[in-house]
Amino acid sequence: MDAQTLTYIFVAFTFSVYIGIAIWSRAGTTNEFYVAGGGVPPVLNGMATAADWMSAASFISMAGIIAFAGYDASVYLMGWTGGYVILAMLLAPYLRKFGQFTVPDFIGTRYYSSTARVVAVICLILISFTYVAGQMRGVGIVFSQFLNIPIFWGVIVGMAIVFIYAVLGGMKGITYTQVAQFCVLMFAYLVPAIFISMLVTGIPIPQIGLGAQVLDGSGLSVLEKLDRTLIDLGFGAYTEGSKSTIDVFAITMALMIGTAGLPHVIVRFFTVPKVSDARKSAGYALLFIALIYTTAPAVGAFARINFIDNVHNAEYTEIPAWFKSWEDIGLIGWEDKNDDGKIQYSPGAPFQGKPTFAEQRREDGSRQITNAATDNTNEVYVDRDIMVLANPEIAALPAWVIALVAAGGLAAALSTAAGLLLVISTAISHDLLKKTFAKGISDKQELFYARVAAATAIGIAGYLGIDPPGFVAQVVAFAFGLAAASLFPAILLGIFDRRMNKEGAITGMLAGLVFSFSYIAFFKFVAPEMNTAEYWLFGISPEGIGSIGAVVNFTLAFVVSRLTPDVPAEIVAMVNNIRIPKGVNKPSMH
Amino acid sequence: MNDENNDAYWKANIRLMLILLSIWFLVSFVFGILLVDTLNQIQFFGFKLGFWWAQQGSIYVFIILIFTYTAMMQRIDRKYGVSDDDEDDASKNEEVK
Repeated sequence: MDAQTLTYIFVAFTFSVYIGIAIWSRAGTTNEFYVAGGGVPPVLNGMATAADWMSAASFISMAGIIAFAGYDASVYLMGWTGGYVILAMLLAPYLRKFGQFTVPDFIGTRYYSSTARVVAVICLILISFTYVAGQMRGVGIVFSQFLNIPIFWGVIVGMAIVFIYAVLGGMKGITYTQVAQFCVLMFAYLVPAIFISMLVTGIPIPQIGLGAQVLDGSGLSVLEKLDRTLIDLGFGAYTEGSKSTIDVFAITMALMIGTAGLPHVIVRFFTVPKVSDARKSAGYALLFIALIYTTAPAVGAFARINFIDNVHNAEYTEIPAWFKSWEDIGLIGWEDKNDDGKIQYSPGAPFQGKPTFAEQRREDGSRQITNAATDNTNEVYVDRDIMVLANPEIAALPAWVIALVAAGGLAAALSTAAGLLLVISTAISHDLLKKTFAKGISDKQELFYARVAAATAIGIAGYLGIDPPGFVAQVVAFAFGLAAASLFPAILLGIFDRRMNKEGAITGMLAGLVFSFSYIAFFKFVAPEMNTAEYWLFGISPEGIGSIGAVVNFTLAFVVSRLTPDVPAEIVAMVNNIRIPKGVNKPSMH
Repeated sequence: MNDENNDAYWKANIRLMLILLSIWFLVSFVFGILLVDTLNQIQFFGFKLGFWWAQQGSIYVFIILIFTYTAMMQRIDRKYGVSDDDEDDASKNEEVK
């Protein structure tokens, strides 16, 4: 069977599993819809959190980013895993003890203020929508490249699936589908990685293969070979960075505390039965995430080696089929600057911007580039997002591995999208309606509004996926920067500083939000030509500014809280109570 | 359960947390970022050591840190009588005994 037929079979099979789980785990109460009844075992919650966390970007783009950025990509590896240490020690157990449904719930109750709750809802919606648009786009890309379905219909199918299990099952349906999706995406990530590690080094464990010798008889280790090859071609060494130390530091910090402040991740810890389970499940979540995050650097390095070995100085007429098929989709482009019929790969952009192609092909069958060529020697453009998807083909792996990768990419995108849509819908039905603007509604009505909100959010996300505003790829920095600068400090202070009052918390959140938002918006949209180190505050890029935003938040919150009235006694009692694991509210029966 | 006991529990928690968070900071920000160039002079199983901390080692240590925290907190919870399994386990234990 060819790869496309197999992909149809794999995708159809995994989708029917997700729908089956959704029907089995329908939510009947708001408690089940919001937090799965609070009865999810910690190991399963760890898997669900891992699937929730690993987005289309983690699955599809991360190894490609590492392949082309080398050491500089360490910020993502440390940032997106180190956040779980903070989550496990500083937030998750206490929020579980608090025992409510949403992140704004905690902020609204702890700071005895509807204003604080509404500010938290605004932060949450900004963060979650920027994140979800990319997921739907990921679904569309996988469909169009592996199944030849237009992106529009790909997104529609993805929306329909998420609609069924998120709207029917709420958190309960999402949790159990995420467990299944984690299994699919982990398998899909590790199988090709193991194959490729075997091919390059003869060692089946990619984490060890990354440090092993290459099987080409040179006696060099993978990283030595990569460093030498890249330096020979005129690149910087793979294992050394090009970003400034302060920027690497700030980005890593912003990603860590941003991760810990992401509402769709935090809310997963509301679903376990006990406080100690919240700690444990953070450990399991990181263990499962690390399976993929420690494999990604190996995949990235192998992919870069394979790419250079296959492409550099190769005759176009003898190039492997994958090069041509990605060229057909426009994610690879080649301009034969020296007319020798061979592909030369070196630093710099081969031509200006993304490739545009003429109708006519050249004599050798390659596509004619219409962009203005640059004056460096590099002849090949490659979209770094294709590395994970193209890897099985580059390494000539069997067709079923390619099909598996497609199913894994979809699992990663759908699981994250569902988690995000759930926090958006609960923030609207629970925090905005039930707790603020429509206090009288019954549990049944609230559940109905939650479903309506989920359906609406899916519609908007789908629209953003089909017709993404050009800046979608640019705004991931927003999600982490805003979470780091707004929600994270407010939650942390709510637990660890008994004297933090509503005046301090609201000032801090708004200041952190406005500061980070303006900084990122200025450099990404208002004056993108100024987005270089010489104009940055302390040399910190927009990706890392969330860490400064958090400092602004903490400082202002502290100063304002010491100048304004004390916290009411019942709130102090509440804080004392959430610090103690004993007496956690009981989960409802499953 | 009195306030003094709970305050002592909270102090023990904070102490453990600070120790573990300093290790968290050390392996990622110090080894993986601030000292990366120095550590890269040292070879470690085919890796430059600083690079290994940044892309592999720190993640392994993070996992160990969370499970250590979980296990030690379980003990601290019990020591101060604030554990969340008391409620379930107490009744089970009585039945067994």
